[in-house]
Amino acid sequence: MASKPPERNLAPIAQKLRVRYAKRGRLRFSSHRDFQRALERALRRAGVPMAYSAGFSPHPKISYSNSAPTGVASEAEYVEIGVTRPCDPSKLRDELDAALPEGLDVIEVIEATSRDFSARLEASLWEMEIYAPAQEVAEAVEALLGASEVLVERMTKSGKRVFDARSAILLMESVSQSAVTAPAHTQMPPECVILHVVVRHVVPSVRPDDVLTALKQVGTLEPRKPVRVTRLAQGPLTEVSISIEDPFDPDRVLV
Amino acid sequence: MTSQTVATSNSDNIDARQSRDRGISVFPQLEALLPLISKPIQYVGGELNAVTKPWDEAIVHWALMYPDAYEVGAPNQGVQILYEILNEQPDVLAERTYSVWPDLEALMREHQVPAFTVDAHRSVADFDLLGLSFSTELGYTNMLTALSLANIPLHAVDRDDHPIVVAGGHAAFNPEPIAQFVDAAVLGDGEEAVLLISNIVKAWINAGRPGGREGVLLELARTGCVYIPQFYDVEYLPDGRIKRVVPNRADVPSRITKFTLMDLDAWPYPKAPLVPLAETVHERMSVEIFRGCTRGCRFCQAGMITRPVRERSITSIAEMVENGLEKTGFEEVGLLSLSSADHSEIGDLARNLADRYEETQTSLSLPSTRVDAFNVDLANELSRNGRRSGLTFAPEGGSERIRRVINKLVSEEDLIRTVTTAYGAGWRNVKLYFMCGLPTETDEDILQIATMAKEVIRAGREASGRRDIKCTVSIGGFVPKPHTPFQWAAQLDHEATDARLHKLKDAIRNDKEFGKAIGLRYHDGKPGIVEGILSRGDRRVGNIIETVWKNGARFDGWGEYFSFDRWMESAQYALEGTGVDVDWFTTRERDYTEVLPWDHLDSGLDSEWLWEDWQDALAEVAVDDCRWTPCFDCGVCEQMDTEIQVGPTGVTDLPMPSPRVSPVLAQ
Repeated sequence: MASKPPERNLAPIAQKLRVRYAKRGRLRFSSHRDFQRALERALRRAGVPMAYSAGFSPHPKISYSNSAPTGVASEAEYVEIGVTRPCDPSKLRDELDAALPEGLDVIEVIEATSRDFSARLEASLWEMEIYAPAQEVAEAVEALLGASEVLVERMTKSGKRVFDARSAILLMESVSQSAVTAPAHTQMPPECVILHVVVRHVVPSVRPDDVLTALKQVGTLEPRKPVRVTRLAQGPLTEVSISIEDPFDPDRVLV
Repeated sequence: MTSQTVATSNSDNIDARQSRDRGISVFPQLEALLPLISKPIQYVGGELNAVTKPWDEAIVHWALMYPDAYEVGAPNQGVQILYEILNEQPDVLAERTYSVWPDLEALMREHQVPAFTVDAHRSVADFDLLGLSFSTELGYTNMLTALSLANIPLHAVDRDDHPIVVAGGHAAFNPEPIAQFVDAAVLGDGEEAVLLISNIVKAWINAGRPGGREGVLLELARTGCVYIPQFYDVEYLPDGRIKRVVPNRADVPSRITKFTLMDLDAWPYPKAPLVPLAETVHERMSVEIFRGCTRGCRFCQAGMITRPVRERSITSIAEMVENGLEKTGFEEVGLLSLSSADHSEIGDLARNLADRYEETQTSLSLPSTRVDAFNVDLANELSRNGRRSGLTFAPEGGSERIRRVINKLVSEEDLIRTVTTAYGAGWRNVKLYFMCGLPTETDEDILQIATMAKEVIRAGREASGRRDIKCTVSIGGFVPKPHTPFQWAAQLDHEATDARLHKLKDAIRNDKEFGKAIGLRYHDGKPGIVEGILSRGDRRVGNIIETVWKNGARFDGWGEYFSFDRWMESAQYALEGTGVDVDWFTTRERDYTEVLPWDHLDSGLDSEWLWEDWQDALAEVAVDDCRWTPCFDCGVCEQMDTEIQVGPTGVTDLPMPSPRVSPVLAQ
């Protein structure tokens, strides 16, 4: 036997499914890699007939798109899986949700009938819960929106990088009520401002912590507690109204 | 809490217990710190199969700690087993806690967040018992960090309404170095031990805590199998050796015996293994296929203290594998034991499991495999499905002579035959594990490792017909351990260890034909000296541990945190005036008459047999395994009134489970 991978019966992909899931509560501290491991195990537990890659170390066919950073909660994360036998999306949703730990919750599963899903994720709507006096936050927001460019610095894999955070920010407004499905508090505590921010997906990506850095840079904002962030939505951007569409819409139309 | 009537002497304590709310989550305080630290996921719990019970539904509350980082502690089988057994009891609640890294420790001190459990994030100080599992002595400083973060007094005698601190695990077979920090130590298998302790503590609580803290400790001591260090005094001779260890109370036994669980099939734990979200050192599901080992390797504490051999039947193993995979979704199953290929039905087991999980991307691994028990069929079964894991063999000694000394009876021919099989079956890299600093060892014994590794490569090239095969030689420093025939031996000092390893390195590197195909991994000898002090230390070593911890020692098993100099400076300070020093504990050979710090703790082994075996080692005489040759009277079976439990059961074909119909398929 030479170093050829063993022969395996590798069934082709019969169907692709897209999964929308949430990362909530304490499990928002899971990293992307943590989620990958949890998902692969949950798919096995749920009995999903996954398609595998060939080779010495076969991997299940899963594509991940644009996951939220560690520590950031999300109501709108997406993965696509390839299976060897057609599955019922709603059964798959139930079984997969039951197989994942509480806090990694499957919201919706659809059969993929369209292409280029990742390209559809053009922008995100973030909710930021900032513990600071309303006045302080409002001044920072005004200063940020009034600037044409706000350079921020972040450590990336390739070292320190300086880039503009302002131009990717399309909308930033304070709202009176949290839009999170399972909020941390039933009533908003005083001295807490909720911002909704729409950020276009650009390269290098402008992440919520970059937005916060920008806010701190232009004003005198100093949050009294770590800022809690939740991605509420991501998908195609409607430029006029600055709103985000459901990225599953094209698949639904064709069904 | 249920106590109402109490003796006047301890009523203040009871009132204090009831005066504050116990079992409240500290997560809100902790959560504010999580964005500021690395890998916060390790502190949030919420793993698949984790359990949280309402605080008030239980009478006895256990915090179980593995005193190392989450990534090491979470997969630990011992903690998972006890966690599940305890939580199955209606009146008992158990939660887990692990060591926090220094970044979080600093923030917890700054913001006054107490030590917490990862399950319901309750304060460790609220629990009735804190059980610590010590696989290695290098966790001792982490225990002190945990006690201090929990606001539990470091010294057992200073505690009142605090948790009862119980040490278990292999290191607890000599708990003397931590005697002043623990209330109790338990030797041997934990399953029945935690249930016994829970029952005693429950009865004590229900009775209104008679006698206070001392009352329950006495109840535990009287069982004869829970060691309460504060009830024993150690007296020393003028030369620093121990004169004797005696109970300081009339009603506690003078010797403490270990727990031995018989019939593993009746204890199929863990039934629902935890699936951590964070990455851990073992990303697999483990099933213990047998406990104990009678191969008789003289350096191996695990093999000595876990006798006799008790096999799990292959039917029971297969059920545990099936159930565990279903509940976890892991892709790899580790068949654990001290020497997995020694299971009497390992061949049938591997074949059956490989059949059963064909086409499911599930791989099997045998983490500990003896060279002489491995064969081509087993190799093929292990690599049939899924991914092929690495192969590691442990000849331990480089020369035939030193292998007779340590009683690791594998011949060079066995090794060459085995690696030839492995390379022939497609493996490209084989790891070989050896020790340096064994009793009677010379430079020549260590240099033989290089010769052996070259032979391995030569045979591998022949078997595979390829030049790109590799062999990795890993070397650990030998540390003499209590309850082994080498407990009397002198440990090699770290300078000599390092010098010997350098000679080996040169011998490998300078070889033009094979040098590049052989990888060498070793650590310097310094951590081994610290492990040596802690392994064979007595109560005086406790002062070293406390001093070095106060000087900043944490995570001593991690190279980036370990400081040899800090340990040596602390030892010098802490041992001042005792007449003994680090060398006295480590590089000094003991004689038969010396009272060893653990002599009052009974591992079942007959001390005369241990001494004879030590003499046989020095005479280079090997002893065979009692599973296939007559009993050699190590004392365990007679002492514990047990016997080895091995197969074969006669079952060769396991029923195939009915194929699972995927619940997600479309009609």
